[in-house]
Amino acid sequence: MSTGNFDTETGLARLTMMERIRAFEEHARIAAVDEGLVLGAIHLCIGQEAVATAVIESLRRDDYITSTHRGHGHTLAKGADPVAMMQELLGRAGGCCGGKGGSMHIADFGVGMLGANGVVSANITIAAGAAHGVKLLGGDQICVCFFGDGAANRGPFLEGINWAGVFDLPILFVCEDNQYSASTLTSDMTSGDVGGRARALGLHTVEADGNDVTALAATARELVGRVRETGTPAFLHAKTYRLDGHTYFDPATYRPEGEADAVAATRDPIMKLRDALAQAGVAAGEMDVLRDKARAEMTAALDAARDAEWPADGSVFDNVQDVGSPVREAF
Amino acid sequence: MAVMTYADAAKLAIAEAMRADSRVWCVGEDLGRGGVFKQYTGLVEEFGPQRISDAPISEAAIMGAAFGAAMVGTRPIVEMRFADFALCATDELVNQIAKARFMFGGQSRAPMVIRKPVGMWRSSAAQHSQSLESWYVHTPGLVVICPGTPQDNYSMMKAAIACDDPVVYLEHKNIWALEGEVDTAAPAEIGKARVRCAGDDITIVSWSDAANVAEAAAGMLADKGISAEVIDLVSLWPWDKRAVLDSVAKTRRLIVAHEAVQVAGFGAEVVATVAEHGAPLKARAKRLGAPRSLVAYAPNLEDQLRVTADMIVDAALSSMEPENV
Repeated sequence: MSTGNFDTETGLARLTMMERIRAFEEHARIAAVDEGLVLGAIHLCIGQEAVATAVIESLRRDDYITSTHRGHGHTLAKGADPVAMMQELLGRAGGCCGGKGGSMHIADFGVGMLGANGVVSANITIAAGAAHGVKLLGGDQICVCFFGDGAANRGPFLEGINWAGVFDLPILFVCEDNQYSASTLTSDMTSGDVGGRARALGLHTVEADGNDVTALAATARELVGRVRETGTPAFLHAKTYRLDGHTYFDPATYRPEGEADAVAATRDPIMKLRDALAQAGVAAGEMDVLRDKARAEMTAALDAARDAEWPADGSVFDNVQDVGSPVREAF
Repeated sequence: MAVMTYADAAKLAIAEAMRADSRVWCVGEDLGRGGVFKQYTGLVEEFGPQRISDAPISEAAIMGAAFGAAMVGTRPIVEMRFADFALCATDELVNQIAKARFMFGGQSRAPMVIRKPVGMWRSSAAQHSQSLESWYVHTPGLVVICPGTPQDNYSMMKAAIACDDPVVYLEHKNIWALEGEVDTAAPAEIGKARVRCAGDDITIVSWSDAANVAEAAAGMLADKGISAEVIDLVSLWPWDKRAVLDSVAKTRRLIVAHEAVQVAGFGAEVVATVAEHGAPLKARAKRLGAPRSLVAYAPNLEDQLRVTADMIVDAALSSMEPENV
C-alpha cells in the first residue's frame, strides 16, 4: 500500500520494530524498577529507536554489528530473540549469554550481533576489525558500528576510524548522538563536531535527524549500499535524544526542566512516524494493534524470563579458557 | 634438527602456520620491513602485505581490530613492538579479549597470539624494559607464555597459534640472537615445564631469559659440588605446578628467580603454592627478583636491578647452610 511518496507498508514495518524496541525497554524497566529482577545497571534507548530500526533494516542477517552499553534496540533490530534477551537481563539460564553478560554484554552471534560493550568507544576498533576480518576472508558482509556521542572523545574513535580508512574496510560508523555523555551535556565536553572529525579522517560523512525514521532509513540505505559496493567506510551522525536517564535509576535531574517532555511531545520518533502514517491514511487503530502486539510479545518475554532458572553454579567456570581452564585446575 | 636463533625459531613457527592455514595473519607496526627486531624478516615477501600487515602507531586499534577480526574467523598474530607499548591497549586485551568468550556465554572465541617483547635490553630505560608477566597471569581468560630458548620459542609459538584462547606471548628482547637446536617435531604442550638441568640438592624455578641465567648458575654450583635442578616454567598460565612440587619433594630447597619486580611477582605464586601444597623444606624458600624500583638508562644503574648468576649461586649456597632452616 502506498499513498503519494509514502510507502505505508514499509512505514508499518518500521513502526512495528520501533514499538517492539520500546516495549522491550519498558518491560526491562518494569523488571528492574517494579520487580527488582534486573540486578545490574541497564541503559534504555527509549527515544532512540529510529536509529537502530532505520540502519539495520538495510543489513543482511550475516552482516555484523557492534553496539554499546545502550544496546537492546540494536540487538533486537538485528533479529535476536527477545525472550533470550530478557532472560539475559535477568541473569537466567537460557539468556543469550547464559546469564554471564547481562544487559551490557548482550550479544547474539547467530544474527551477527557481535556484542554490546560496557566500555564506551571500545567497540569502534573491534568493529573495524570485524570488517578487516571480512576483507581478509574474502566475504561480502559489512559491519555497522553503533556508538554514542560520548565515544567520540575517547582514543579508539580516532584509532578505529583511521584504521577503517587506511585499510579500506566495509564498515558504516553510526554515531547515535543522544546529546548526553552519561550525565554531562556532550557539547560542553566536545571541541568541534563529531562529523567534522570523521571528515578529517577522510570518511564520507552524513548528518541526519535520528528521530525521523523515514528519512534516516533512506540515508542509511544509501550509505550501506555505498559501503557494500565500494568496500570503503562511511560515517553517519544521527542526532537523536535520550528520553530516559543514563541508567534506569537516573532521574536525569541535570537536564533543563521540561527538556525531555518537550522532545517527547514534538520529536518522539514513534509519534512522528505515526503522524506520517496517519497522514498517509493509516488508521490509528491499526497502529495501536501493532503497539499492543509488541507489548504482548514483550510481556510474554518477561514472563518467560521470570520463570527461567538461574544458571548452574558451575557454569561460572565454563568458557573462561580451554588451556588453563579453572575447571581443570586442581588448585 | 637445525640450529637457529630465538627470533628465527618463532618466525619459522609462524611461517609454517601461515602456509598451513590461510586464516593466520600478522599485524603490527613496521612488519613490512621485518619488524622492529627483524623477527618478521622475509615473511611479507612470501605472504604479502595483507597477511603481514603494517599498522598505524595505534596500539588500541591493532589489538582491538585484531580481536574483531578474530571474532569473525581469522587467527591474528598481534605484534606490540614492546610490551611496554601494549599498555596502550590494556582495555582491548584485559576488558575485551580476555573476557569476550565468557561474557558472551561461549558464543565467541578470540584465537589470538599477542607478541609483547619484554625485558631489559641495552639501556632501554623505564618505558622499554619491563617484565609485566604477572599482570597477565592475574587476568582470567589469558594464556601467558614466556619462552627462554629457541626450541621453546618455536614450540610455544606453534602451540600458541593453534590455541583457541588468547595467548600473551612474551619474548625476551635480550635473546633474539641466542642460537640453539630446534626440533620441529618436538611435542609442543602449553603448561609443561622444561627441566633445564636435573639435580638433587636444590630446585631453581625460573622462566624467560632468567632461566638461562639460572642454568648458568647451576653450572657454577656444580663446580662447587651442589646439584641444582633448574625448572624453566616456559608458560606461567597454565603453569606446571606438578613439575615444581615433584622437584621440591626431591630437593626440599627452593629458589625462584625472575627478572620482573619481586614484589607481587609470579615468584610469590610459586613459593606460596609450594608452601601450601609442597613437601616441607629444609631451608627457607627464596625469591630473587628486581627491587621495586624502575629500570634506568645508565648501565651501572640498570645492573642494580638484574638478577645475576652470582646472586642465584649465593642464594643457593645460603640455602645449603644447615642453620638456614
